[in-house]
Amino acid sequence: MVANIGFFALVLAFAASLYGAAAAAFGSLRRRPAFVESGRHAMLLTWPLVTVAAAAIITLLLTQQYQISYVAAVTSRAMPAYLKVTALWGGQPGSLVFWSWLMSAFATAASLRRWDRDRELLPWVVVVTMVTLAFFLMLVIFFENPFARLWQSIEGQQVTAMFAPAGATPLVPVDGNGLNPLLRHPGMVIHPPMLYLGFVSFVIPYAFAMAAMVTGRTDDRWIRVTRRWTLVAWLFLSLGLILGGRWAYDVLGWGGYWGWDPVEIAAFMPWLSGTAFLHSVMIQEKRGMLKRWNLVLIVLTYALVIFGTFLTRSGVLSSVHAFAQSAIGPLFFGFIGLTLIVSTGLLLHRWNDLRSENQLGSLLSRESLFLLNNLLFMGILIVCFWGVIFPLVSELFTGQKVTVGPPFYERATGPLWAGLLLLMGVAPLAAYGRTAARLLGRALWKPALAAAVVVGVLIARGMTSPAALIGYGLATLTAFVTLFEFARGAWARRVRHGEGLLLALWRMAGRNRRRYGGYIIHLGVVLMAFGIIGIEMFQTETQGTLAQGEQMTLGRYVVVYSSLAQFDTPDDRNVARAVLSVYRDGRYLGELHPRRDYYYASQQPMTIPGVRSTLEDDLYVILVGWEPIAAEGATFKIYHNPLVNFVWFGGIVFILGTLVAAWPERETEPAAARVRSAAAPARA
Amino acid sequence: MTENARPVRLTPAGASRSKFWIGGLLIVAAIVYLIASSTSAAAQYYMTVDELQAQGAAVAGRNLKLSGAVDGATVAYDSKTLTLQFTIANVPGDMDEIERAGGLAEVLHQAVVNPDAARLSVIYVGPKPDLLRNEAQAIVTGHLGDDGVFYADELLLKCPTRYEEQVPAQSVEG
Repeated sequence: MVANIGFFALVLAFAASLYGAAAAAFGSLRRRPAFVESGRHAMLLTWPLVTVAAAAIITLLLTQQYQISYVAAVTSRAMPAYLKVTALWGGQPGSLVFWSWLMSAFATAASLRRWDRDRELLPWVVVVTMVTLAFFLMLVIFFENPFARLWQSIEGQQVTAMFAPAGATPLVPVDGNGLNPLLRHPGMVIHPPMLYLGFVSFVIPYAFAMAAMVTGRTDDRWIRVTRRWTLVAWLFLSLGLILGGRWAYDVLGWGGYWGWDPVEIAAFMPWLSGTAFLHSVMIQEKRGMLKRWNLVLIVLTYALVIFGTFLTRSGVLSSVHAFAQSAIGPLFFGFIGLTLIVSTGLLLHRWNDLRSENQLGSLLSRESLFLLNNLLFMGILIVCFWGVIFPLVSELFTGQKVTVGPPFYERATGPLWAGLLLLMGVAPLAAYGRTAARLLGRALWKPALAAAVVVGVLIARGMTSPAALIGYGLATLTAFVTLFEFARGAWARRVRHGEGLLLALWRMAGRNRRRYGGYIIHLGVVLMAFGIIGIEMFQTETQGTLAQGEQMTLGRYVVVYSSLAQFDTPDDRNVARAVLSVYRDGRYLGELHPRRDYYYASQQPMTIPGVRSTLEDDLYVILVGWEPIAAEGATFKIYHNPLVNFVWFGGIVFILGTLVAAWPERETEPAAARVRSAAAPARA
Repeated sequence: MTENARPVRLTPAGASRSKFWIGGLLIVAAIVYLIASSTSAAAQYYMTVDELQAQGAAVAGRNLKLSGAVDGATVAYDSKTLTLQFTIANVPGDMDEIERAGGLAEVLHQAVVNPDAARLSVIYVGPKPDLLRNEAQAIVTGHLGDDGVFYADELLLKCPTRYEEQVPAQSVEG
């Protein structure tokens, strides 16, 4: 019953989305506002309907209706309730419904703004969002139905279908398969929703971009309107990526956080074009330039969002994330192709209207550096895309499938990342229009000197890797430039208004949230860069077997194996837990408890490292094996990861910076303390 | 601060434009070079066990990536030296062929139970992966030794979410 309600809600939502798109398009083309309104109302209906469907799935999951094929696939009796709820996105059909739920929610939210100044954009925003929604609902209803039931046909075969095939009887398993234990980590629970939030929110700026092109409103109105959406979309996508990395580090037990796996890259590519877009739109707003770039970047981001969802859902490429094969691959491909053709067609149609209002002045002007920024991000994007499709391309042309592993990505993108780090340091100091190299040099020499000093110190302490030295040097340069920008602005305020330094910083950031939020984000990136260089270039490891009381050494650390206990837990798993004592330079630091859980139901072992984390480094220990009977010897693998926590800490700073940048700005500046008159003019 | 409100027109369009085009082309050239050189340095042939045995000596010493089904009965792990040994059975590389045969889980099962399927011995030094079990799909990267054994530098096991699409064996008619 519940399943039938959910299914029909999806069908109705599908019909509403199709009607909404058609009515809005018709209403706009034929200048019949009544149809546009009707289309908008249809769109408003989709969210409640998809919510009903999602609620139905969750109800089925919680009440353990195992006749529903999806419920049997992703839950089991032993799972706690909260995990049953999050199993909504544990498999393909449910996650497509979740995607649709987010899409209808955001479309509704976008439509609830005041449209007075942009009335003509509304119909096309409805069209784009509803067509996207219709596509995903179509996939769910016809190919990946979460409400399909299990039946036993007359011939005794197992059949999955929504309604009973002739003569079939219901098949109700006693218990479900349950979610793979690797997916039960809290980070894994939020990682898919975060990524989907990021993916789906990028559809809104794309919708406005298409609306702008269709209606000929090629000024920067569509950018201003979607500025906050873009920032929030980017925030969620970044958070999703960082969480994925953290989960891999915590649970997968290979001492790393990013493997250049095709599915990781699939989520990374929209982030690359999205970041370029985020920066590039500033130039269109301030100088009316790079208009064509911005449209290309947002179209690319949308296509990559769909492509990313496709890569994780169709099994086209080999990867650790092995989701099931299904027929939806060609459909995704077709949809992306169609959107690219339509978007490119519109772009070419409006090509001449998108001419720049200004000329590029000098090579070192801010516009020029932002253009370089776009080129570098696109370069990294192309490297990633190439790496991902190379097996398909090579097989097509040579008959032999050839892949490229992490070394390809690291070698090819390394110099490009360095270029971006440098740009982060130089661009804030560049002026719009003309910038003499001399002026730039004057602004840069102090931070550059500081960076050179830091590099000198590192060399003196024995660091020889050129890549690491360049990386640290550039990161330091950017850190100093950014901090100097804060100091300069706060000091000016202090001189002018007599404010204390902290208050000056607060007020200054408050007056220009986008700029200073952006600088905070850059600081976060610099911190992450320190961490990434640390772990990538200076990680050390060792492994070996120890008897009780024996010890193992890695660098300054000594690890002593004390004991091991093995026991069963109430939630149906067996735990083997080792106790180790950690010493550094002879001083006792504490205990670590690496363990190995074994989940009986799914016969799935899970290795959980014991980690000692400080800002300086992580000591990361994995329990690899042990002798069960005598409990004498145990095998451990130890990693030393310098500076890795800068990655997570930098990520937090990053997120805070985005919140600052996205915070709504007050319309008027509160009058300075000395002006008490009520006649203070309000600025529009 | 450093904003410049007036549009600045300096040199005639032609002369200043070429500077940017040249700069842009240089960057594009650099990117192309990076991609080309990194591809050739990091390329790995991706093969099935059958293809490897067919090519034999031609790919000895090359960096290869192979996929196959793990035969659980052959898994041997010496936790003192962290040496893992197991055998993989041939799994076809073509997705269509897999679909026709009944899906990946079925193909992996058939590969392991079929005594005639081509097999390859693999040796890997490192912690035994959690996902390693009978009929799992393994992707090994490394090279073929002179002794016919594959020495793996990297071992990747596929996350078995796919297997959850299959219904458990026990069930009652409702």
